[in-house]
Amino acid sequence: MKKTILYSGNEAMGEAAIRAGLKFYAGYPITPQNELTAYMADQLSQRGGIFIQSESELAAINMIFGASAAGARVMTSSSSPGISLKQEGISYIAGAQLPAVIINVMRAGPGLGNIWPAQSDYFQATKGGGHGDYHLIVLAPASVQESFDLTRLAFELADRHRIAVMVLSDGLLGQMMEGLTFDEELAPPAAVEKPWALTGASGRKPHVVCSLFMKRPDVEKNNLILQKKYRRVASREVRYAETFMDDAAMAVVAYGSVARIAEAVVRRLRAKGKKVGLFRPVTLWPFPAKRLADLSRRVKKFLVVEMSYGQMVEDVRLSVEGREAVSFYGRSGGGVPTESQIEREVLKSLSAPLKRRRR
Amino acid sequence: MGKNYSRPQALTDVVTHYCPGCGHGILHRLVAEIIDELGIRGSAIAVAPVGCAVVAYDYWDIDCAEAAHGRALAVATGLKRVQPDKIVFTYQGDGDLAAIGTAETIHAANRGENLTVIFVNNAVYGMTGGQMAPTTLLSQKTATTPRGRQAATEGYPLKISEMLALLNGVVSVERTAVSSPKEVLNTRRAIKDAFMNQMERKGFSIVEVLSMCPTYWDKSPVDAARWISEEMVKYFPLGKIK
Repeated sequence: MKKTILYSGNEAMGEAAIRAGLKFYAGYPITPQNELTAYMADQLSQRGGIFIQSESELAAINMIFGASAAGARVMTSSSSPGISLKQEGISYIAGAQLPAVIINVMRAGPGLGNIWPAQSDYFQATKGGGHGDYHLIVLAPASVQESFDLTRLAFELADRHRIAVMVLSDGLLGQMMEGLTFDEELAPPAAVEKPWALTGASGRKPHVVCSLFMKRPDVEKNNLILQKKYRRVASREVRYAETFMDDAAMAVVAYGSVARIAEAVVRRLRAKGKKVGLFRPVTLWPFPAKRLADLSRRVKKFLVVEMSYGQMVEDVRLSVEGREAVSFYGRSGGGVPTESQIEREVLKSLSAPLKRRRR
Repeated sequence: MGKNYSRPQALTDVVTHYCPGCGHGILHRLVAEIIDELGIRGSAIAVAPVGCAVVAYDYWDIDCAEAAHGRALAVATGLKRVQPDKIVFTYQGDGDLAAIGTAETIHAANRGENLTVIFVNNAVYGMTGGQMAPTTLLSQKTATTPRGRQAATEGYPLKISEMLALLNGVVSVERTAVSSPKEVLNTRRAIKDAFMNQMERKGFSIVEVLSMCPTYWDKSPVDAARWISEEMVKYFPLGKIK
């Protein structure tokens, strides 16, 4: 039966995780994601899972390393400075090919920054973050409903590809409340076989979960396995959403909470007859580069709006490969781009001359 | 006459990478013997550290996770909490357990995690080339204390076992050595007790084992063993701490 409740983004991610069969959660307090940790403390242990408030972010990420190595569905959550602390463990999780879900409710940086929303961890989330050649799948919700839906999807993808999946929320999405609808009878994603898990070597050869390969060719071999996996993920798991893109001459490109603000602007300008659309990446890695490349053959202008000083814009520029002009507007440090600021930037871009084509 | 001394089943049939006279070989064997004796080869899960024992998983014929430096007890916490019936233990050196992993060590102990910890104290970082460890003795020369450890600048050797004994969550703390046949047998008994505590769900047990590092102590294997029984035990006295 469908149920609709008023929930915050943080609570929605917690509820989605429990309904996705989460078995083990470890987290450490940090604003603006504290409601999620508290939700887990209250709900998870009552609903068949294990909750630990860890002594540090380092301990939390390594606890989920251990629980995932045992074959359990695992999650940790934090906000930007805490996610920086988790990077070592995330790199080990990637090297050992462990499924895990990591929530980042982004806040402003660098350093301690402040507790207001930001999108300035895009590079860290999508380009690796820790040491070594690896990727996470990065999902960017733009509503409380999507915070729920994409958290559920994160568990499916983590198990499907033996990969860590980050849900990249922000302080605005995490804190705001909206209607959340879900099917109360919906079963968790089907369990997958984990023949590599550490369950005790009874009647079989031992399993080892590690990211260490002492012989040089073996690290390269492991890296080639990872690269093959990333190619597979990139070919199958790209997700994006388009609004008014069918006949758009110009696209605003934004993700997460900024996409919500941009959507209001696009709708208003459409009402005034401007051929503007919204392109919203849902997977930040793998990035919807091919779709943007295709769009750039008919869409003449792109405006990227972020709560950063220009991070995703680099991927947009790489995607359109110089065919069309890509402009950028961003704020970061707690400031949220307003509708009027975005509208001004769209109008400026619309009135600018077209990029001259090379012959 | 039957064979009465052979390789334990839980010990793989390979040549280890350890230096001549190193204590790890003895300790690996003791752990394997105990796993055989307690019949837990099929339920034991080891967590290897970063340090000389980083590839312990090549030597034990059981499931094993290799943790990041210092994080073995966080990894072990995750493994054990979701599989409370498995026998989970960490095997960690002094740098791993008492320097970079101090927080994980203290908090896993304080939560009373039902785990067994084998803490190998050889007063030096072996794998990286003999640098000062938290347990390096005063005046002991290492790569990073070339004129000997000085209390005024490097502080005192850390008695982490005594610190852990203060915590309510800890059920057993014992310090032993592998520097003589008698001490090896006592170490075997202490490690077995620590495994049995876990099997009986009593809680957190740690055995600190003073172990030889002839290479970075710049001593012969015989002199290294003597240095433990004559010098190391003065600062790190053997016996049951809790």
